[in-house]
Amino acid sequence: MAEKIALIWPEIVLFITTCIVMILGLSPNKQWRSLCLPASMAGLAVAGVLAVLGMTSGSQSETMLPNLPGFIKITVVGVGLLLLMLQGGLIDRREEALVASGRAFSPLRTNRAEYYSLVLFSLTGLMLCASASDLIWLFLALELTSLPTYVMVAMSSSRGRAQEAGVKYFYLGALGAATFLYGFVMLYGGTGELKLGPMAGVIATEGINNITLIGLLLSIAGLAFKIAAVPMHFYTADVYQGAASPVTAFLAFVPKTAGFVALLLVCSVAGWSYGESGNALPEAARIMIWVMAAVTMTVGNVLALMQSSVKRMLAYSSVAHSGYMLVGLLAGPGDGTFGGSGVSAVLFYLAAYGVTNTGAFAVIACLEKRAADRGEPLEVEDFDDLRGLWKREPVLGVVLAVSALSLMGFPPLFGFWAKLPLFTSGIAAGEITLVVVLGINSAIAAFYYLRLLKAAMIDDAKGTADSPDRPMHHPAYSLRLATGVLSAIGVVALVPMAGLLANGAKDAGLYANPTIDRDEGPITVQSEPVDRQIEEPSV
Amino acid sequence: MPSLLHILILMPLLFAVLIALAPSKQARAIAAIGSLVPIGPMLVALWKFDWANGGDLHFVSSYNWITDLGLRLGVGVDSVSLLLIALTVLLGPICVFGSFSAVKDNPKVFYGWLTGLQAAMIGVFAATDLVVFYICFEFTLLPLYVLINLYGSSNRKRAATKFFLYTFTGSIIALAGLVYVVFHHRGIEGDWTFDIATLTSTAMGMPVEAQALVLLALMLGFAVKVPLFPVHTWLPLAHTEAPTAGSVILAGVLLKLGTFGIYRFVLGFVPEAVIAYAPLIAVLSIIGIIYAGLICWVQKDVKKLVAYSSVSHLGFCVLGLVALNNVGLTGSVLYMINHGLSTGALFLCIGMVYERFHTRSMDELGGLASTMPIWSSFMVFFVMASVGLPGLNGFVSEFMCIIGTFQSSPAWVLEGRAGAAGGSLGPWFAFAAGFGVIVAAMYLLYMTGRVVWGTPKHPAGHDDDHSELPTDLNKREISLLTVLAIGCLGLGVYPTPVIEAIEPSVERTLAPYQDLLQAHAAEVGVRHEAASEEHSEPHAESHEGGH
Repeated sequence: MAEKIALIWPEIVLFITTCIVMILGLSPNKQWRSLCLPASMAGLAVAGVLAVLGMTSGSQSETMLPNLPGFIKITVVGVGLLLLMLQGGLIDRREEALVASGRAFSPLRTNRAEYYSLVLFSLTGLMLCASASDLIWLFLALELTSLPTYVMVAMSSSRGRAQEAGVKYFYLGALGAATFLYGFVMLYGGTGELKLGPMAGVIATEGINNITLIGLLLSIAGLAFKIAAVPMHFYTADVYQGAASPVTAFLAFVPKTAGFVALLLVCSVAGWSYGESGNALPEAARIMIWVMAAVTMTVGNVLALMQSSVKRMLAYSSVAHSGYMLVGLLAGPGDGTFGGSGVSAVLFYLAAYGVTNTGAFAVIACLEKRAADRGEPLEVEDFDDLRGLWKREPVLGVVLAVSALSLMGFPPLFGFWAKLPLFTSGIAAGEITLVVVLGINSAIAAFYYLRLLKAAMIDDAKGTADSPDRPMHHPAYSLRLATGVLSAIGVVALVPMAGLLANGAKDAGLYANPTIDRDEGPITVQSEPVDRQIEEPSV
Repeated sequence: MPSLLHILILMPLLFAVLIALAPSKQARAIAAIGSLVPIGPMLVALWKFDWANGGDLHFVSSYNWITDLGLRLGVGVDSVSLLLIALTVLLGPICVFGSFSAVKDNPKVFYGWLTGLQAAMIGVFAATDLVVFYICFEFTLLPLYVLINLYGSSNRKRAATKFFLYTFTGSIIALAGLVYVVFHHRGIEGDWTFDIATLTSTAMGMPVEAQALVLLALMLGFAVKVPLFPVHTWLPLAHTEAPTAGSVILAGVLLKLGTFGIYRFVLGFVPEAVIAYAPLIAVLSIIGIIYAGLICWVQKDVKKLVAYSSVSHLGFCVLGLVALNNVGLTGSVLYMINHGLSTGALFLCIGMVYERFHTRSMDELGGLASTMPIWSSFMVFFVMASVGLPGLNGFVSEFMCIIGTFQSSPAWVLEGRAGAAGGSLGPWFAFAAGFGVIVAAMYLLYMTGRVVWGTPKHPAGHDDDHSELPTDLNKREISLLTVLAIGCLGLGVYPTPVIEAIEPSVERTLAPYQDLLQAHAAEVGVRHEAASEEHSEPHAESHEGGH
């Protein structure tokens, strides 16, 4: 118990912050109310410090990927701080303006407290996912990550499209959750264990039976919703487009990371010790993920190619990025080196994608158009709205260009370094065809990212003299701008530090399977019981 | 330990940053200084280089970067890389000074990216680490993309996008191939490394099927850059639309990144597959030589003509590389330098005419010899260099490439005939490629005839602007062309020092080929005998390339 608590100190701090923020946001005093964002960020930062301390003190979770929580939590804190900054000025914009012009403050009309606590709840859930060591915990953590996001989407804008997106997201999310919950139940039914460590022990000693296998496949299918992989991607474009850009940035990172963490944990239970090389997932799961990865990349990229809306394009590209990361999931921990470990590659890619994508969405969030009906300002929508951005807003133009190039995987930006280990680990796992598909897809992706780059940096602004597009007039503009700039700096500055991050990802991807040694050969059904490090300290 | 190469790479980078920070008015001056200054360290490097051991890496230096991937920031050059770096450094000031009157708007962006491009190109040649190579190789796309997009002619946006996407796609596939080689090394030695020399030594042990796949991946990447038929379609468009400096750099150095890639990686990593597939690559090169030459013949746009002639000329370059013998390879490397000088100069000449008349169409230009005698003399000189007139540089390298192809006959190696130097091509390939020389003479002389002599024509838009430019060339333009002309003449009359400099590197590259070629020739001989004996059976396994 004490060990478990030692592992989740960051979550505890984050939860306490959530409670404080919930009260702060209801204060009639404007100063107190405006403390919501700083308090959230401070709480997250403290959680980050605790996560670093926890990692250095060597606390491990009782799963097959014992070092996973530390890396994920630090990534979540890093990207989470950027995402929180981006949320500034999103909520209660009209209400605060009315209050400033003399209307009495009423807690009933404000959403600030709820909104920030929802954001923090979701981040807490994501961290808990990483710490999860049994299926119930994992399920609850996944739901804690997702449920707030449904509300956030609906709250993010007063326009009908946001509500529609929220409802759509919720129903499809519920479908996904039901699917992987069913899968979890089957896993339990097939192995008789809820805890991930002992469950892996049972599978390793007794082999994987059909019920467990079906459970595994169902879990993967359900979790595909969280990472927006085909065929569970249908909501992505509508939801990403409907939600306000800061929320979209949040959706592109948080549920996706939760989904991948859960996928890694669930797959690690079955282990990557099947197949001819003794280095693959069970054949059925391998085929499923293989097909899913190839189709997800291709469908995401091809659909992204056809979009005229920037946000829909980024939505489909986010689908494609999930497809890339599935290659890493398929490759598994390999021989444990950074270049050979797909798990490390996935973790590394999540961090890179989080930082880069936040930068791209921050730029979109900084720009808005005057609405024809004089209502809430519209977000920029089409590529045409971004044309000549560099001439109007040089900083935003550069940030968008850097983000687009990094998402493209253009060297020497961070996105390239993230893609490289996916290549190496995929090839190391013998999935050469899939790596070729990955390469071709990276090339397809270059088409639309180049279009984004061209719109922002090369093309002239639209003909009309008084272009309706302008940066938002709101104090939060500087915050959003800062988010974009910080992300872009991160994309460049993390490159010299890639070695450090790679080392972290390598440690985090450590697979606690002593039978990984190839000499022992693949584990077969009815083989001798194998000693597992994990079984001894688990009580 | 920092080396001279760091100075050569970082100096342009530093000047690019300076241009970005300085006021727009100063951009031109800083770029001019920034392009001239690297000549100093370049000369020092040329002087201190140990030419006798040109095959070894010199000025080596490397820093650990990502230790978990065995990734190092490594630089070092052998003689071929150094000569190509020298070409790059020489073309730098030519591009900058050549753009003085052409680039008026937003000089900061133009000169900034041009100078930055310089650093990336030197980086490609100097890299001893695959990832550093790849980063620089890819990074060259961005500056040229911007230059074409912002400073090109009417159809520039389409050209820039096509250029970027073609090359990006190709190089990602090449990356997959390179990573496979790294993975193969890891399978043998157990460590991750991207060091090119180490990988070269282990990559040869790959099974032939794997070698063939790696060859396919690498060739896809580098062939786009060269460009080889049938992936050449981006080049004429990019060349035609690019600003003059962009065209000079593109023809002068960027295309050489492709042939350099083939020289270093394809020939270095997968010898057995190269021997097996050399005829196929050679056929593609020859198709490119003749097909692009015929296209040149029907061009109206002078710049497009020279652009297609690049495709044709680079075909010779690749042909020399896959001849797999000393003469062919040396000729090919020499061709890279020569083509950079003469075609770069042709693009400059055309740019100068374009600045004056705002047209490049042969229908509107004619008889310029009467109004622009100096320009016409230079034009004729560089056309002759390009055609391959003996005494000028183009002749030497073209001749060597064809000789190399001629000699690389497996049958002759088996017979032990004098002059047979090994390889898997032969006289027929040389014969076919020889037509390319004739075609080149036809289209280039036809073009010169119309533009330089022909009926004098006065295109519209002659005297409305650019009043600072005289009718004929000014001193700046004359001195630029003179530098290149001296290079062309020097390499044509006395190429021996350069050839001797190239040879050690070529010998090192070819070292693993000797035995393989002998074995290949023997095998071909056996198959030939078998085929002639069993003449009644047409399905005898005389299929080329199936090891």
